[in-house]
Amino acid sequence: MSKRSDMTNTHNWSGQKLVSTDHLLFEAPRTKHFMTGSEVMKEAIKRCTVDASVSYPITPQSEAAHLIGELWAEGYVGVYFRGENEFGVMSEVAGCSMAGARTVTTTSGPGTLRAMENFAMWSGTRAPMQLCLMARGINSPLTIQPDNLEVQYLLETGMQIWYAENVQELFDMTIAAFTVAEKPDVHVPIVTVVDGFFVSHTREAVMLPDDDIALHPYDPYKAPLPPIDSEMPPGRFLRDPFVMKSNYISYATHASWQWEIRSAIERSRPYAEHYLKGLVHITGDEDAEVAFVACGTASNQSKEAQRELTKLGIKSKVIKLRTIRPFPEQELLEALKGVKHAFVPEFNVVGWLANEVRSKLYGKCDTEIVGGPRVGGGMSLPAEAILKEVMEKVNPGKGA
Amino acid sequence: MGLDIYKINPEFREIMPQEIIDLEEKATWSEKMQKPRGIKELPETKELLEEHSLCAGCPEAAALRYVLSALPKPEDTVIVNSTGCTSLMFPHIALHTVHSLFGNQNAVASGIKRVLDWRFPETEKDVVVLAGDGATVDIGLDYTLQSFFRQENITTICFDNEVYANTGGQESGMTAKGQVFKMAPTGKKFEKVPMWELATTSGCHYSVNMTASAPKAVAKAVREAILVAREIGPTYLNIYTPCILEIGLSANEGLGEMKDQDKDRFASYKHVSPEAEAFLKKCKEEGRL
Repeated sequence: MSKRSDMTNTHNWSGQKLVSTDHLLFEAPRTKHFMTGSEVMKEAIKRCTVDASVSYPITPQSEAAHLIGELWAEGYVGVYFRGENEFGVMSEVAGCSMAGARTVTTTSGPGTLRAMENFAMWSGTRAPMQLCLMARGINSPLTIQPDNLEVQYLLETGMQIWYAENVQELFDMTIAAFTVAEKPDVHVPIVTVVDGFFVSHTREAVMLPDDDIALHPYDPYKAPLPPIDSEMPPGRFLRDPFVMKSNYISYATHASWQWEIRSAIERSRPYAEHYLKGLVHITGDEDAEVAFVACGTASNQSKEAQRELTKLGIKSKVIKLRTIRPFPEQELLEALKGVKHAFVPEFNVVGWLANEVRSKLYGKCDTEIVGGPRVGGGMSLPAEAILKEVMEKVNPGKGA
Repeated sequence: MGLDIYKINPEFREIMPQEIIDLEEKATWSEKMQKPRGIKELPETKELLEEHSLCAGCPEAAALRYVLSALPKPEDTVIVNSTGCTSLMFPHIALHTVHSLFGNQNAVASGIKRVLDWRFPETEKDVVVLAGDGATVDIGLDYTLQSFFRQENITTICFDNEVYANTGGQESGMTAKGQVFKMAPTGKKFEKVPMWELATTSGCHYSVNMTASAPKAVAKAVREAILVAREIGPTYLNIYTPCILEIGLSANEGLGEMKDQDKDRFASYKHVSPEAEAFLKKCKEEGRL
């Protein structure tokens, strides 16, 4: 096991040279590897000088959680253990983060809902930890199908939410996520989402920097709230509930605090733009009248549909949202200029992304937002299903 | 750093309230003490609790004063709290405290303790959980017991008032069988949960059931429990602090109620593991108790 006191000004406790996020993401030479999402998660955490992680088994995130445990055994992560269930785990990582640790955990599907009460508490306490959500949908009936219904429940928890399309994006986003979440003017938790199985279990080519470099450690004394470590004034201090005071000030403080957390997410925009190279990525025909607005694997499938539409002589483009919170409203409005029909293909049954797009763009653009297709966790969102949806709209009654 | 955080910036000294200045000058911090802290200093020194917002005569407030007076090293102690009457007092405690959710206190404390040990391996940092019986035994039982199973180095203190007091007097798992409370309009149907015994079988090295009738006894148990938790493993204190409001007593009747229960539901129970016993003996010889 490592000791935190082994850290120097130039190297972390496991002997990795400390570098800037820009260097790690954009400048360090990279070599090609062939890895699953779970394996690449380990590679990302290995390069992030992580203090603490708590784990719990649930498919499909279990392997990523095991591999973080291996990093602990190898001396890269300071604190690691298995918690009793997701509610306990999310409270344990909250304790780790409040005590000044760079903290990460992972979960999936039903575990997300079991832990739910914690997420609003995380943002309320401005704890900048990272949750990697490997989405799988929610029971019942029991499911481990490709689905991302649980993301809907996280939308209004006061956390940042980023969505990675593939293994490479998961690696880069994991590193960027700590950096943005820990900015003193942001300092709210962050969820990095990938679709379970498609990303967690799929082996892909991925470009990685060497593993002898890592991020500078988290400095809790730059946080907007002092860490709970008895090392920083004020001595008299409570982390959250103003309600105990039961007077007008407590109500005003509570309200302004909640606005402040939402504002903190907004303040993450310039950082996210820099480290993610834009909150949306666009592929396809610039002057298309058909567009797909999607995130994660659904955007990958949309790109396949886009290529098929090109063969049919129909111009289209894919607008991939890389952040859901903050929502890239301006970028989306810009990308939808001239678009007549925008389709929102989703794996979940409720269409939370379509609802988001509609509510954010309401009254601001003439594009028709078509919520679908949705496969509700039933199948892998084939390009044919997307094509069918498009052709029924642009060529009604005649099919694809 | 510990004690340094209570030193007032000279530039601000003039505008500081007296109680903040007193904290620096007249509180009993372990660094300044020749002997272990205790209730004997209460009348002469600044307490770590600044007033409180509980009902007049509430035994819980008295018990909290005893607990705070006996912390072995308050300047390096973090207290984790839960929702309930106890949480009303927490804004008045001059230490780093956490209120997180209802019932997750032992999970939060586990994370804090492990990270403090990771970040400050050379400094003894104590983590103490202080919550009511609803938080400890009902909604939070899983997290309480699991922290014992995992042998977390934390002390758990349950202020057992045998009722959900802050929400208006509902039955809890710690309510005595037969007692009529809200949500048990015909009386509680099952026995009071023997939490102190569960603590023992779940791996606590020190488990006590007592009332807060004798301040010195509370202080002694707190000191011993925290030292054992620091060195050996989890410890548990179950302290009766009756809700005089819900059982129909006056403000001056709390002490009598506790004394009565010293012979009944809170008859003294004390488990000390062999390792803890040897360690406490050593502490006594070294003057740490």
